Amino acid sequence: MKRVLCAWFGAVLLLAGMAPLTAGAVEPIKIGFGMALTGGLAGNGKAALVAIQIWRDEINAKGGLLGRPVQLIYYDDQTNPALVPGIYTKLLDVDKVDLVISGYGTNLQAPAMPIIMQHGMTFIGLFGLDVNHQFHYDRFFQIQPNGEDPSISSIEGFFQAAMTAKPTPKTVAMVGADAEYPKVALEGARKIVKQLGLKIVYDRSYPPTTVDYTPIIRSIQATNPDIVYVASYPPDSAGMVHAAHEVGLKATVFGGGMIGLQFASLKQQLGEMLNGIICYDMYVPSTTMNFPGINEFLAKYQPVAKEEGADQLGFYLPPFAYAAMQILTQAVETTKGLDQGKIAEYIHATEFDTVVGHVKFAANGEWAKPRVIFVQYRGIKGNDLEQFKKPGTAVIVAPAEYKTGDVEAPYSAIAH
Amino acid sequence: MEVSLDLLLSAVVAGILLGGFYAAVSIGISISFGMLDIVNIAHPAFIILGAYAAYIVNSTFGLDPILTAIIMLPVFYLLGAGVYQVYYAVFERRGDEALRGLAFFFGLLFIIEVGLVLVFGVDYRFVEAPYIGPTFRFGMVDLPLRMLVPFVVSMVLVVLLQLYLSRTFIGRAIMAVSQDRLALQLMSANPGKIKRIAFGISIATASLAGAFLIIIQPVEPSVGRDYIGRVFAITVLGGLGSFPGMVAAALLLGIVESITATFYGPSWSPAVAFGILLLTLAFRPSGIMGR
Repeated sequence: MKRVLCAWFGAVLLLAGMAPLTAGAVEPIKIGFGMALTGGLAGNGKAALVAIQIWRDEINAKGGLLGRPVQLIYYDDQTNPALVPGIYTKLLDVDKVDLVISGYGTNLQAPAMPIIMQHGMTFIGLFGLDVNHQFHYDRFFQIQPNGEDPSISSIEGFFQAAMTAKPTPKTVAMVGADAEYPKVALEGARKIVKQLGLKIVYDRSYPPTTVDYTPIIRSIQATNPDIVYVASYPPDSAGMVHAAHEVGLKATVFGGGMIGLQFASLKQQLGEMLNGIICYDMYVPSTTMNFPGINEFLAKYQPVAKEEGADQLGFYLPPFAYAAMQILTQAVETTKGLDQGKIAEYIHATEFDTVVGHVKFAANGEWAKPRVIFVQYRGIKGNDLEQFKKPGTAVIVAPAEYKTGDVEAPYSAIAH
Repeated sequence: MEVSLDLLLSAVVAGILLGGFYAAVSIGISISFGMLDIVNIAHPAFIILGAYAAYIVNSTFGLDPILTAIIMLPVFYLLGAGVYQVYYAVFERRGDEALRGLAFFFGLLFIIEVGLVLVFGVDYRFVEAPYIGPTFRFGMVDLPLRMLVPFVVSMVLVVLLQLYLSRTFIGRAIMAVSQDRLALQLMSANPGKIKRIAFGISIATASLAGAFLIIIQPVEPSVGRDYIGRVFAITVLGGLGSFPGMVAAALLLGIVESITATFYGPSWSPAVAFGILLLTLAFRPSGIMGR
């Protein structure tokens, strides 16, 4: 009996000793990023994280990347740009990650760029507006489908759609938050408005801490504009929609670059008040956007997101975050290594098939062909979230390639 | 922009309604900072906690958010009293409240925020109530019920608290502790107990303020940070420890913000509002109705 026990203990000790050796033999591929998990942008940051974790689980179930398991190393950037350089320095110098991707949002990508460039890493941005404009970094890629000139292409669809409204608009009111994205968006809108020969009757910004938006909407109403273009963040978007509804805004077209209207929580809260609004989006269920794999991805994402308290629909950032990982997977596997230069070169040269459709990048790292869509909300009844999962409540009015309906106008005549 | 009577009237009314909301979020600070000299920088986080309490009950049982907040008042009172007990035992009793106490409330702010993130996630939350959406129209003036209902309840809350402070024994003791702690002790009252009650009341008001906030806009755990500067500014502008002063300051700030946003551009609103604060303090350092 003693001999049997000794042999058993011996075997256990031997196996225990071998375990680190075995683990060492398949060193994981570490992918590092900062992500807004708290703070103002956390709603999307958390949703992106869920999508990336789905990708990690799938790739590990298939045997990993280059035969090595994938490990995600991420830190909460707290939606604070000041923390981003420190996070990426730690990821690259202390955690020694093999690949990096960005956090969510323009403000949290730009501060990482100098560190990323210093280390020569390939960097895929998860939704940012014109981040590479100042850096001209040839290993930067942006998964947001803005096109080569993001300041214009992410906005022009709205005005293209607006100009098809009857009666044809002649005047425009523009308003946006005093923050990075709305400023860039309003600048782009001014250029387009000038090209279209529209008269600007109101052009102002507001502090992001504004509580009541009714004075702003009343002030806009007093200028009697045909188009009201808004560039706002989620709480302001909700405030603007409430105010437009309460004041009874009279405009031919109302909407624009209102971040938040794409999210389940705001869709559910605003419900019928959304009817008639034209707003940018990235993906909505429709016959023209039925990309291979998108439904399977959303079927996996939605139950997890509900449990994690992230965006329950996941139409906005999650499919694109997942697509970014698909692109990285293909690039690493095809180049058979982690050479950052080769990976970047491959991404530049290749058109990818992803859950968000074909993706081909331009020289500046933006999508070669813009694909921001503009939807008009219609026929929304009550606050049931299920109605948004089917085609119909968000009709694509621009661009022509993905269009599923014409603009209905004026906004003020549509019941909301 | 041309100043028309209807725009001016609408701007003033919108400012008054906004001021009512500001009064609700500032009333707790008016008690803790204005009367007790406790720099409770975590107060906005308690407001968010109130908003989430309203959200949970509203989304689960469909109960009105303001009614929920009223039901939750004792819970928030006990929470506040508990927090004060810790603050008193660890900092105030040892005379460490100035800087370490401030750090304590900063810590509390982040703990509440991260706690909410861990429990509820980071998605925006909202409530449903019959008064979110409809607007009363009286001639040239619109009264959105989403702003009107919080304004009315807020004013009722202020009046009730003012009556409590001026007409009851405990209320007078709270006023006394804010004026002369030693004299109160000489009257054989326990200042620690009185302050605990007062701090409990200040946190209880966060329950209602939170319900108002989530009625007005969608809420996520970090949104409270936006209000830190504003609530302290209102308390100082009104005069430390003065409820009528605080209400006057909240209404003034609301009206100024609204008129500036309507006629001169919304981005000027904070500059004009805080400019008024600086001017007031320059000519009347104790605030509008300061002690």
